[in-house]
Formats: sequence, structure tokens, C-alpha cells
Amino acid sequence: MIQISNLHKSYVMGSNSLHVLKGLDLDIQEGEFVSIMGSSGSGKSTLLNILGILDDYDQGTYHLGGKLIQGLNETKAAMTRNEMIGFIFQSFNLISFKNAAENVALPLYYQKVSRKKRNLIALEYLDRLGLKEWAHHLPSELSGGQKQRVAIARALISQPQIILADEPTGALDSTTSFEVMDILKEINEQGKTVIIVTHEHDIAAMTKKIIRLKDGVIEEVIKNGDLQLFKDRVRTE
Amino acid sequence: MFDVDVWQEIFSTIKKNKLRTFLTGFSVAWGIFMLMVLLGSGNGLQNGVKENFASNSINIMWLWTGDTSIPYQGMKEGRTIKFNNADYTFLKEKGENLEQVSSRYYLPGTIVYTYKNEYGSFETSSCHPALLEMEKVIIASGRFINDMDMNDSRKVIVIGENVRKALFKEEDPIGKYVKLNNVPFKVIGVTHDKARNDERTNYIPVTTAQRIFNGADRVHTFAITTKMVKTVEEADSITAKVRQGLAMRHKFDPNDKKAMGSFNMLTEYIRTMKIFQAIKIFVWIIGIGTLIAGIVGVSNIMLILVKERTREIGIRKALGASPASVIGLVLLESILITTVAGYLGLVVGVGIMEGINYALEQALASGAGDGIFFRNPTVDFTTAITSMVILVVSGALAGYLPARKAANVKPIEALRDEN
Repeated sequence: MIQISNLHKSYVMGSNSLHVLKGLDLDIQEGEFVSIMGSSGSGKSTLLNILGILDDYDQGTYHLGGKLIQGLNETKAAMTRNEMIGFIFQSFNLISFKNAAENVALPLYYQKVSRKKRNLIALEYLDRLGLKEWAHHLPSELSGGQKQRVAIARALISQPQIILADEPTGALDSTTSFEVMDILKEINEQGKTVIIVTHEHDIAAMTKKIIRLKDGVIEEVIKNGDLQLFKDRVRTE
Repeated sequence: MFDVDVWQEIFSTIKKNKLRTFLTGFSVAWGIFMLMVLLGSGNGLQNGVKENFASNSINIMWLWTGDTSIPYQGMKEGRTIKFNNADYTFLKEKGENLEQVSSRYYLPGTIVYTYKNEYGSFETSSCHPALLEMEKVIIASGRFINDMDMNDSRKVIVIGENVRKALFKEEDPIGKYVKLNNVPFKVIGVTHDKARNDERTNYIPVTTAQRIFNGADRVHTFAITTKMVKTVEEADSITAKVRQGLAMRHKFDPNDKKAMGSFNMLTEYIRTMKIFQAIKIFVWIIGIGTLIAGIVGVSNIMLILVKERTREIGIRKALGASPASVIGLVLLESILITTVAGYLGLVVGVGIMEGINYALEQALASGAGDGIFFRNPTVDFTTAITSMVILVVSGALAGYLPARKAANVKPIEALRDEN
């Protein structure tokens, strides 16, 4: 699904150049449930932005679903994002003056799906996430967990191949966090590739593969079988 | 661009910021309102003045004589200059750039009009048939003096409405005889013009006047219509040529204004219209200036709006909004505010001017509007359309910078959680 080889990215700030990603190689297969971890400055956010085609990279290659993602103009990038990627953010990023259903339907609006049809589909997705009664409420009337579920519905509605979640539980209490993770797990079990960025070990431990970044390269990859080991290590840390 | 969703999005943001939208729109509405009122007033003043000119042909010129004030060819000043019938022939045949000529002989003393037992003294003008057109005399019934009356020096008269009322009462005066100092004149027509005092004026053929009232070939004044020209210089040169021709005939200095006075309406008309042109340009400058202030306001507000909505725009972009759709959103909102507000200003402005026009018309119709120097103070359709086009274009201009800013919003930066 995702093939990255020798990826470099640096940010220029005045006369200083900050080399964030230093020749990163990454392979994520379809249907994987991956978390990306790392301390701040390790480059995890940068990697997520590049994966989400929100940012460009300097060197190397990035293939998404077999397609080379490089030097796309804004319109093309927006189209690719819309079709292939579903985003989930830490702070939900719902549009405040639109109700839950309208928020969920937004990606379909940019696919030029008719209003009636996309609202119907939005309701269906909200129903799946147990929020049907809340469809006509504004985000300000929803709890944090509900907001994140609306955001998940929005990420799913365009039927993307991968879901990118940036600290999806960062703003939630632990009970709600686990609920959200359960939903993400379920989505993964239905065959979608899910990638989350987190700094919480227990959240990362719920995924099937953990990629630890350090100083712009992959420090270690902990696979399925080793997860128990990882959990133990975290406990002792 | 024109689907329901875009409009719903725009309306929802407008609804969120009612006061701000109102204030922004108000500045634009005010701008266009002022433009309409100023243009309308300018037009009204111009029309009023034009109307005033229109009581005569605008290309009319009058000549009269007096005593010389400048010594000429060895002759002392103080000589009395007098026009005669030969001058008429001269002007008619040799006058360059002249169209029509009418001479006038002033009847001596007070002329008493008598019909049956009614009598009174009225002003009498002698003239050529051409005067009908030149001074735009309006005939209510009968006819004006014609060439046959002139050639035969017929004793015919065109009387004013007031004279008809005073002498004839309810009788039809046409064909009746009215006595002027005991000389019977056949009434051939009645003039009627409410806006002017000419109703008191009575017209008789100049040839008849000269014959009956001992005028010989004496002429007091000339009315002339000249070729229509566009510039003051051309009009002045026509005047100068006429002066020169008559000065040669009567041996006086062409620059001697006392020997022969002249007034060329066309010169005044062109000058006045030039002033109005200047006023119009001035009004447009003021109006456009006010409008620009309004548009800068809109642009400003849209910039703030884009700044406030940076995050929202970032979300949209992350979800697949193309730069074009973001630009469309901001531009359309800007155009919507300016167009709707501008249109309201336009309607109110035009409405007020039409209202004033209506009141004026009422006043004129009731005869109370005699001294009003203001007619039809309205803005024509083309100007209104032009203003609308200016509005839409300026709405687009106002939205352009903010829209570009919005299109340049980077989703990563907008979505950064510190925001």
C-alpha cells in the first residue's frame, strides 16, 4: 500500500536548514494497523504530513497504492487526498457551524455527490458509529468522544484505502480513548489500512505494528508477535 | 460555482457575522447611493438649465443698435446706428453660417387693443414668420404669420392667451377683428405657453408694423439662428463675422459694443454645458472615491474573515477542497456582499431621485414650479447598469486578495494544534 524509500525532508528556517527525515525507508502493506511513535522532533508529524500528501518531500520516492506521489499540484493533491486518504485529527477539526451530518458529508461534497445522496450516506455512516440521533447537532453540542466518532465517520465516508490518524486519542480521556481505538481496530478488521501517530504506549500497543522513529530514521519496528514483549518493556520503563 | 451548497456555505458565514456583514455592505451601499444622488442632482441641474435654454432655439442670436462709442474713419463717437430692411436682406443672403433671420420693428408709444367694449394695452412684437421656429412659439389655435401676410403687409395678428381672455372672454377670436390704436387687425392665431410670459406678447408681420406705424424701412433688432457648432471659438467667430458685416455697412468699429449689441446664445449654451461636463466628471470622481472606500472595507473584512477561517479552510483542503473551490467561496461571498448592498444603495438612491422628480412634476403641473431650476433629476438606465457592473467587478477585486490568501493556506499549518 505504502512504499517509501530513501525519503529526505528538511525545513529551511532563515539561514538554518533543519534536516528532519534522513533517508527513511518504510513499507506498509494493505490491511495493516500501524502506529508511528517517537519523541518530539523525531519526524513523526513530518512523516504523517508527507503520507497524507499535505507536504512535499525533497528526495526519495513515495508510492501510495502503486502510484508515485511526487510534485503534485494543489488541485491534484487535494483530489488524491479526497479519494485515497481519510484523516482523523487530535482536535477533531470539525467545522463548527456545520452539524454532524454536514461535517461527515463534506468529503463527498468535494466529490460532487449530490446533496441529497451525500446526506443520506452521511446518516448511514453516523448510524454505524452510533450517532444517528446526533446527526443534526452542532459539534459544540457533542462530547469529545462523539466528536471524534463524527470525525471518523467523515474519514470513512469517501471510502479511502488508508486512514491517517494524528494523535486520535490525544484530547480524550482513557475510557473514550479505548472506545475510539476499538472503532479503529474494527475499521482495520474490515480491511482498511490504518496508520496512527501517537506518543502513548498503551495506545500504540493496541495496534499490530509499531514503528519507532528517532532522528529522522526508523529506530525499530515491533511486529505483532513481539507486542507482548513491547508491552512488558513499556511497563518496566 | 452556482450550486446550492456554495450559497448555503456563504449564507451560513454571513449569518454568523450579521453586524459585520451589515456594516461592510453599508459602506458599499452608501458609496453607490451617493453616486446616484450626486449624478441625479447633476442631471437635474443640467436638465433645468437646458429647459431654460429650450424656451428659444439654443443657436439663436440677437442684435440691437445704439450710439457709437469709438471714433471710426474720421467720424466722431456718438453717432446713432440704425438697422434697416436692407440689413435683413444682407443677413439673409450674405450672412455666413446663418440659418434664419427675423427682424423686429418696435411699435411707437402705447398700443391700445380694442374689441367691442373691451380694451387694454398690450405688448406687440413685429416679426418674420421664421420667428415661430426660432423662439419656439407655441400656437394653441389658428396659425402663425406666413410669407403671404409678409408680402402683402396684411393686417393680421397672433394674440397671446391673456389677450384672448381679456378681450374675447368665451368667444373664439380666430377671424375676428381687434383694433390696435383704431386700426383693425384680423386675429389668425392664439399662442399658448404656460411656462413663459409670452402669452402677453402679440405678433404682427414686421412689414405691416412698418407701414401702419410709420416705420418706413426702419428695423430695431434682429433675431438670427446660426449654424450649430460645437465649440465656443466657432460660435464666437460666427458672431464676429456678423458684426464685421454690419459694421462695414453702417461704418462703425466692429468692436464697438455700444454701436451694435449682440448676444449669441450658443456661446453661453456651450459654456454652460462645459461646466456641467466638468461637474459630471467631478461627481464621478467623488462617487468612485466613496465606492473605493467601501470596497477597501469589504476587502479588509474578507481578509479578516479568511484569517479567522484559516483552520476551516485547512480542514476543507485536507478533505479534498481544491484551491479553485476555496477561491470561489471567498470571491463569491465578496461579490455577494458588494452586489446586494450596492444594489440596495442603487435602488434607494434612484428611488429618492425619482421621488423628487415626481414631486417636481407635481409642482410644475400645478403651476407652482415656475422658479425651479431643476428638472428630471434622474439617472439613466445605462448609468445604473454601468454602476452595477462596476460593483460586481469591484466586489471581485475586493475579494481577490483575500481569496488568494485563502488559496495559499497550507493545511499542515492551519491544522497544527497550537493554532
